[in-house]
Amino acid sequence: MLNVNALYTEYPNDKGEIVKAAQDVSFVVPEGKLFTLLGPSGCGKTTTLRSIAGLERPNAGDITVGGVTVYSAGRGIFVAPNKRNFGMVFQSYAIWPHMNVFKNAAFPLEVSRNKFSKAQIEEKVMRVLTAVGLDHVADREATKMSGGQQQRLALARALVLEPKLLLLDEPLSNLDAKLRERMRFELKRMQRELGLTTIYVTHDQSEALALSHEIAVMNAGRIVQIGSPREIYERPRNKFVADFVGLTNFLDATVDGPDEAKNGYRVNSSIGALSVSSLDPYAKGDSALISVRPEDIELFERRPDGINVIEARVDLKVFLGEYLDYQVMIGEQRLLARCHPSFKASVGDTIYVRLNPEKCITIQDNITYRKAA
Amino acid sequence: MGAVAHAAGVPVDRPKGWRNIDMKWLVIGVSVLLVSYLALMPLGFLLWQSFFTPATATNPAVFTLANYVVAYSDVETLKLLGSSVTFAMGASVFAFLVGTALAWMNERTNTPFKSLFFALSIIPLIIPGILFTVAWILLASPKIGILNMLLQSWFGTDYVFFNIYSMWGMIWVDGLHYSSMAFLIMTAAFRSMDPSLEESAMMSGASVPQIAWHITLKLSWPAICATLLILFVRSIESFEVPALLGLPVGIQVFTSSIYQAIHAYPSQVGLASSYAVTLLLITAIGIYFQSRLSNQGSKYSTVTGKGFRPRAMDLGKWRYLTASTFLLYFSFIVVLPFLVLLWSSLQKFYSVPSMAALKNLSFDAYSFILTYPTLFSAVGNSLLLAVGCATVVMLLTSIICWIVVKTKLPGRFVLDSLASLPMVFPGLVLGLALMIFYLNFDIGVYGTMWIMFIAYVTRFMPYGLRYNTTSMLQIHKELEESAAMSGASWGTTFFRVVLPLLKPGLLAGWIYIVIVSIRELSTSILLYSPGTEVVSVLIWELWENGQYVELSALGVMFIIALFMLVMLAQWVGRKFGVKEA
Repeated sequence: MLNVNALYTEYPNDKGEIVKAAQDVSFVVPEGKLFTLLGPSGCGKTTTLRSIAGLERPNAGDITVGGVTVYSAGRGIFVAPNKRNFGMVFQSYAIWPHMNVFKNAAFPLEVSRNKFSKAQIEEKVMRVLTAVGLDHVADREATKMSGGQQQRLALARALVLEPKLLLLDEPLSNLDAKLRERMRFELKRMQRELGLTTIYVTHDQSEALALSHEIAVMNAGRIVQIGSPREIYERPRNKFVADFVGLTNFLDATVDGPDEAKNGYRVNSSIGALSVSSLDPYAKGDSALISVRPEDIELFERRPDGINVIEARVDLKVFLGEYLDYQVMIGEQRLLARCHPSFKASVGDTIYVRLNPEKCITIQDNITYRKAA
Repeated sequence: MGAVAHAAGVPVDRPKGWRNIDMKWLVIGVSVLLVSYLALMPLGFLLWQSFFTPATATNPAVFTLANYVVAYSDVETLKLLGSSVTFAMGASVFAFLVGTALAWMNERTNTPFKSLFFALSIIPLIIPGILFTVAWILLASPKIGILNMLLQSWFGTDYVFFNIYSMWGMIWVDGLHYSSMAFLIMTAAFRSMDPSLEESAMMSGASVPQIAWHITLKLSWPAICATLLILFVRSIESFEVPALLGLPVGIQVFTSSIYQAIHAYPSQVGLASSYAVTLLLITAIGIYFQSRLSNQGSKYSTVTGKGFRPRAMDLGKWRYLTASTFLLYFSFIVVLPFLVLLWSSLQKFYSVPSMAALKNLSFDAYSFILTYPTLFSAVGNSLLLAVGCATVVMLLTSIICWIVVKTKLPGRFVLDSLASLPMVFPGLVLGLALMIFYLNFDIGVYGTMWIMFIAYVTRFMPYGLRYNTTSMLQIHKELEESAAMSGASWGTTFFRVVLPLLKPGLLAGWIYIVIVSIRELSTSILLYSPGTEVVSVLIWELWENGQYVELSALGVMFIIALFMLVMLAQWVGRKFGVKEA
């Protein structure tokens, strides 16, 4: 439905240096899916979103929506943002302070080229306000509402013209934590119900994992990895993704040879011999970086059965309510493990860790994807 | 050490605490008294004097309402009011339209050379009003105006194309001179508007005119009205333009009437005062509404943290037109006036540009000026007054500002209003009020530099306050609190923590006040006496004597000196990290 191809945007910053905001950004979003651009500040996700909206003009590339080209550098096409009929929610909500709730939501209908009658406007606006739960405050002054209400108003305004594409620029980042979690569910429910193709921009990886059909992780203007939430989390393609999405332990290792398990390899790592899993081929003697997530490290007070069992000493224990964080030392290597609060070992104790070989994955450490210092 | 010992329960040798408190209250007390004196005395005496007849050698002044009766029942006064308001409205609307159009072009479109135009826009404010007006007289006067002469010779006619001695001429000159102020204010307004408010309208499908009307205009009308009011108050206070252009043809406004009343014989001080009080009323109302609107306007314009500026409208080929408009504007406002003054200064007798005249260029006027007896004292006086006034104002207002912003002393908002009160006084009115006051309250100040010094300090106090307030608000109180926790006295904290942190604001304010006090004329013109002239008064005298050529020479040198001063100020400012106000 949305086809973004080889977007390239650069501009001079305050000091006059050229900033490459987006380089070779390409992705495809099928109809009805929620696609997230995830990354740290300055990674180019907002630039890409605004390019899709038409608020920024890239230097090269194409953007096609539903078969209609809205931007093409090669063919000199640029459709003005007010003609693209996309709904957009801004990070600051951009609610107009001089209009009440109803008028804010009605604005797109009032300025539209298709003349809507008063009755039609009334009907459409109240429908969309009811959908976001704001029908009871329709004549309140728009800025005299809470952050959550303003955000819902912004969403209502974006939806009132029944757009084919919805663009959301970090819509939840101005809300407090509890409200953010609640709104996350609301957004997901609404998007799945309406089946509206949505592009979502955020730096919060838990939001991205919770909401998306597909995630594109970005860094320094480039897309680093595209995949489903599970793929991004369980199979990060490089160190940046592994580190940015969730927590992980990195272990340097040298490959010994293949294992009998499918995709398995035996390696010599900084914590000893391990069986790991890899989608890329390795030869004996290659060096590899192993990533294993804290929740995939099991902790035992007595040596258990199974493979990848290693003795360790507890260095730090942190109680976090729903789980325990343990920092354990294996020789000089520190590992972060996460377990159920019922585990009883204390600081200084000797315990045993067991790593699931399928969850010990190899990753590439491709230097170009690291953000320049 | 004291705090820790205290906490440990050990009796502390209070380090002469009474001296500690005394310093603070002493400084505060002196500042408050000074400000009240400066702000209230002129106003009080002006009001008082307006109820008295003129004192002559034979008759002492007598209490009367006659001044007001005469003033308000006279048809002439109504005409006066009419002319003043017409002039002020015309000039302010004209300045506003020009300034806003240019600000829009510079901020919202892709007109080239943006930062250059912005930097150049401050230059018109450097040219003193009197020189700007004289230059335009030399350009567009019906008899000697260069533009008229040129057009007449091109078209072979006697028709007078431009007559600067008219209401239109007055509106043109005053409006043009202050359009750059409108430009700066509207640029700031455009920059402070949250761009996402317009972008969301764009995404909602609105066309550019629809966005301009429904969103931009409706959100910025408080700023627009406030700007118009500022410009209106400025124009109605204007002295040079109505005096030079209006008086010769009988167009009277309040300021020129006040001047004439004083210079009549016997000096019609009472009448002048009643005009002054009326003018004061108008400006006070104007400023009151303007501050109300400014407060309301801030509700609408929010500055977002995000760095995305509104997308500049792509004008395509039209941007060459807008760039040329800018250049045309600068030629009207800077280049043409300066060139005409330069030309005139190089003549022996004033004449129109022609090949013949080109052969007769001479520097006589310059040598005349440089050997003019009062020149060096005038320059010295200008500099002394400017530097002295700026220093005193910035220091005094830093204390006032500290009281208003940082303490919870009762009545501090009254203090703020007192210190800002002089803003309401047109320069001429302030001069008048001080003149009357010190004539009656003879402490030996009248006729000396001191009265001018007092006038300048009073006049520019509000500006100093404004610069200091902006800086003061940014000094987090924890910076002072940590000084206190480290054992510093109030004096130490103020002089070693607060003042250094205020430095950018202090410096910016100091520079600004130096520049405006060197240019200023309307306050000085009633207060000077032989020996205490300043440069602008010198120019005025040369004008009154009809010495146009010499006046131009002085004017050219003055403009160049001011320009260098501003460049120096900008360099110093950049060095010390001063942001443009």
